[in-house]
Amino acid sequence: MIRKKISLKNLKRSLWAFHLNTGSCNACDIEILATLMPRYDAERFGIKLVGTPRHADVLLVTGTVTEKIKDKVLRVYEQVPEPKLVIVIGGCGSTKGVFQESYAMAGPIDNFIPVDVFIPGCPPRPEAIVYGIAKAWEKIEESEKRNGAAS
Amino acid sequence: MITLILTLLMPAFVLVAGIVLGLLMKGVDRKFAAYFQSRIGPPVLQPFYDMGKLMMKQSIIPENAVTWIFKGAPVTALSSSVLLLIYIVVPYFLYLSGVNHFFLQAGDLIVILYVLAIPTVALVSGGFSSGSPYAAIGAQREVVLLMCVELPLAVTTITFATKMSAVCESCPSFSLTTIASHPVWNTMGPMGILGGMMLLLSFVFIVPAESAKIPFDQGEAETEIAEGLLAEYSGKYLAFIQMADGVKSLALVSLTVILFFPHGFTDLTGLRITGGGYDFTLAADVVLFFVKIFAVYFLLITTVRVIMARFKISQAAKILLLTITVVSLSGYMLIYLDTFISAL
Ligand code: SF4
Repeated sequence: MIRKKISLKNLKRSLWAFHLNTGSCNACDIEILATLMPRYDAERFGIKLVGTPRHADVLLVTGTVTEKIKDKVLRVYEQVPEPKLVIVIGGCGSTKGVFQESYAMAGPIDNFIPVDVFIPGCPPRPEAIVYGIAKAWEKIEESEKRNGAAS
Repeated sequence: MITLILTLLMPAFVLVAGIVLGLLMKGVDRKFAAYFQSRIGPPVLQPFYDMGKLMMKQSIIPENAVTWIFKGAPVTALSSSVLLLIYIVVPYFLYLSGVNHFFLQAGDLIVILYVLAIPTVALVSGGFSSGSPYAAIGAQREVVLLMCVELPLAVTTITFATKMSAVCESCPSFSLTTIASHPVWNTMGPMGILGGMMLLLSFVFIVPAESAKIPFDQGEAETEIAEGLLAEYSGKYLAFIQMADGVKSLALVSLTVILFFPHGFTDLTGLRITGGGYDFTLAADVVLFFVKIFAVYFLLITTVRVIMARFKISQAAKILLLTITVVSLSGYMLIYLDTFISAL
């Protein structure tokens, strides 16, 4: 994959997130905002919410994927420039959660796009979200190491 | 010899120093904004990390974009911002250091007024050419802002020129060097000082409007029109735009400092610092200039940005066209009356 070839190291200091809502109940979305608020202040790690997928390094996907939004998820994913990460926030996105039997849901998200980190919880607390992002960074580090060993 | 050095090295130096300082100011700005909101905030070097990351990222050119305009716009914006900075800062430092050089007369307010529009126009054409409806809306808003802010800025320019022609008849009255060597506050009565305050007040709105900061960032309102102008830019083009933004804010703040507080170290204290046979006054001037820049940046950009919300575009146009123009016009009247009275 192309993703492996471009160095991901720079994402560790500056991570711009685009928030993609694929039919969540808004609780997860509020928790993302809570992560950015003074109490947890994610900006001190260089994490910032941006308004367009073109600027993003990481997609924060909330909610399970509804039938209507299926193809839009793919489009947004394709608009994010490489290298990119996908973090799923909430039980809905990870496993379909409480919408297990719904006819309107096409999810979970990893049916459509490759996911790097799942953050379970309904909704997950801000601590969990920060931990999930730290996990993503760990993943970056590991892939760097593997690349270094291979070359 | 010195002409050669100046013409060759100076632009390169201003390019590098302007970008570094502009990004640093952005970092300080974010840190202070975070303090305002009782957060810790990102490290001061955060904009540099962001640039490093953006340079590594893939740069996507949208399929329905006009490629050459889309690619050219960020570079044009950056280079014209640097040009603006050169025109504003270099004559001032030449004046401070006492070097006699033809560039001394180059910092002309009218030239600056025109060059000030180029980065915005470049970004607007980039936005229109990117083929995204969001960018088109953002570009339209930016054009509206550009046209509205021109009027109070022109009034301020004329005020300074009138004042300068009254103070020093043989000097070129639009030149920044003249303004720097005759600080406006020194030769004014109470009415003139009131007028100067009004011009300063209008600059509190003009500077954020020119540098597209809150409350005048309608062109790139990230929450309503998905970053507007910049919606389709990614990777290194975005990095260029960010750098251009830093340099342009720096240039605007330097312009404010030179217009309103041009006092050098010697003007303020009447002393010259010497030591070991060298004259360190110029170094003191440079330090003083940086202190003033940071203070003005903090007051005019960071504070305004944190305590205000974004205007609607109709409100912004109305405020700039009516309120701020009236404020700067009354400043002009007061200063004119003041020079008239003192000439009697
Ligand atoms: S995981 Fe829970 S809180 Fe989050 S969107 Fe789904 S139902 Fe809402």
